[in-house]
Amino acid sequence: MAQVASSKEPILKVVHLKKYFKVSLGVVRAVDDISFEIMPGETFGLIGESGSGKSTTGHVIVGMYAPTSGKIYYKGIDISVPAPKRPRQVRKEIQIVFQDPASSLNPSKTVFDIVALPIKLYKGIKKREELEDEVARLLELVELPPEYYMYRYPRELGGGEKQAVAIARALATEPSFIVLDEPTSALDVSIQAKIINTLINLQRKFNLSYLFITHDLGLARNFTTRLAIMYLGKIVEIGPTERVFKNPLHPYTQMLLSAIPVLTEEEEKLKPRGIASRGEIGSPMNPPPGCRFNPRCPFANEACRKILACIFLSCGLQCRKPCI
Amino acid sequence: MVEEPPLIEAKDIYVGYKTYRGVMKVLNGVSFYINEGEKIGFIGEAGGGKTTLMKTILRILPPNATNVRGQVIYRGKLDLMRISEKEMKRIRRRGLSMIFQDPTSALNPVFKVGEQLMDIIKYSRLEEGIKLSKGELKEEALRLLEEVKLPDPQRVFDSYPFQLSGGMRQRVVIAMALVSARELLIADEPTTNLDVTIQDQILRLINEIVEKRKLSVILISHALGAVRKMTNRTYVLYAGDIVETAESNELFTNPLHPYTKALLEAAPKLTGEGIGKGIPGRIPDYVNPPSGCRFHPRCEYARERCKREKPPLVEVKKGHWVACWLYVKR
Repeated sequence: MAQVASSKEPILKVVHLKKYFKVSLGVVRAVDDISFEIMPGETFGLIGESGSGKSTTGHVIVGMYAPTSGKIYYKGIDISVPAPKRPRQVRKEIQIVFQDPASSLNPSKTVFDIVALPIKLYKGIKKREELEDEVARLLELVELPPEYYMYRYPRELGGGEKQAVAIARALATEPSFIVLDEPTSALDVSIQAKIINTLINLQRKFNLSYLFITHDLGLARNFTTRLAIMYLGKIVEIGPTERVFKNPLHPYTQMLLSAIPVLTEEEEKLKPRGIASRGEIGSPMNPPPGCRFNPRCPFANEACRKILACIFLSCGLQCRKPCI
Repeated sequence: MVEEPPLIEAKDIYVGYKTYRGVMKVLNGVSFYINEGEKIGFIGEAGGGKTTLMKTILRILPPNATNVRGQVIYRGKLDLMRISEKEMKRIRRRGLSMIFQDPTSALNPVFKVGEQLMDIIKYSRLEEGIKLSKGELKEEALRLLEEVKLPDPQRVFDSYPFQLSGGMRQRVVIAMALVSARELLIADEPTTNLDVTIQDQILRLINEIVEKRKLSVILISHALGAVRKMTNRTYVLYAGDIVETAESNELFTNPLHPYTKALLEAAPKLTGEGIGKGIPGRIPDYVNPPSGCRFHPRCEYARERCKREKPPLVEVKKGHWVACWLYVKR
């Protein structure tokens, strides 16, 4: 039986997680020793540029592959194994919504088939009418009128509607934790706003916890409660969203914030000054020694090139004194 | 003093695309202008016709384009829609250039960057009657790669596109556009798919180059903030119609059209006041576009008249034009 966690306990705990991939030219250190916790009902953001390891982290958490080392705990249960080896109850409770709905939905199935499959698998409902009722209920949750959408094919839907179907499918098993892997990056802002609002409503309704993976800091500002900034497989800063935006500590966070093109003068005032973006993210196959960001950091000194500064997860502030 | 005619003035442009379902009526009578040395922006959702409009000006529409009508007046005298292909080629080579959206597909994967760049330079100069030697071509190519601030031009020159990062590929594409950019540079989503710190660097690069070369710029971007910052004037294009235009500062601080308002509200802000409600529905089907104002099916203020008649573009404030019945005084 699954332990019932009290509200003070994190729903998900990631401890010293590493995920390396062997490739012909060497080893890609996609995720390299990261730790964080997610509380029930919270939206935790994982922010970073491409190549930072944020998506790999999400994929390891849902069990697409096993971690190289480190542990993942869900409600106190060790789930550091691929999904097929996890308890059925846990598999049902952890779901994912992928970045590109055009490729995550089977083009030869109708919306009904797509959403009904997890219901058949996890709820044991077999009768057609019961399945239709359940699919209709789920489509209503994501604001797609079932009478119009139930028997459409993905190609007949717009990008936002497809993503709504993907969310309905994720909800079908009554999860409590959903990994959202850049769910709106393929959509226009007008459609993005609708999807995010739907996600916020669902979270309130079912007390869902989200791991929200994104490269869009403006979106993270408005959607997450806490967040971690990743760079080349490492977390460089972690803390409550409001604090990170008002007082970004890590030079990389400052660089990211200063690079955002903003729409209002009030936003302009929030951007850190004097840290223009330069350089590009390095290769996770051959990360620089010391702080991973040091080749791009305007403040880098000798110590940064040798030793990795540690991060106190408890307060989320960067330790100024490098330690080993 | 005689006022200079605009560099480009497009008047009442219509463009359709033939499909198996019928003709998609995309551009629906679009007019705009750009003065010499001016930077203008186009915003609007994907599928609004921004790229089609740019391709119309440069006369590089795909073969299924149909019912192309309107005028594109170049420097007040030449209608680019009516000149011969040969003349058009000369005008393009002489000064009009475009940076395309996806640097990966704009580059040929089987040729080295240097070869591709040298080819463009070669034919561009031949057009002017100058034949450059291999050495001169290479020199020019390396100079362009340096102008776009690639750290090691010689190495990039000898690389295949797949050996470069997305940001570096985009710099190469910009270098190619610069071969013939002496009057106008059209940047069509130059930073989509790029990370924010790379986007920032690319936009700064484009800005520096246009200042230095005194080019006019048309910037199309999903990054609304980039358009606000980089351009003097902005046009909002929805489903093939210009729905609003004003000086960029005015447009972004004081949007009037319901579409522009909703679009700007939906963009997440760093100040964190939450996310707007977005816009219901999506860009219409161009085979059967909505009657009247093409935005009416998605507009919360839509009235009977909006369904029947297309609203004219009227000047509400000095230099601020809106096409919406809400702003038409009877």
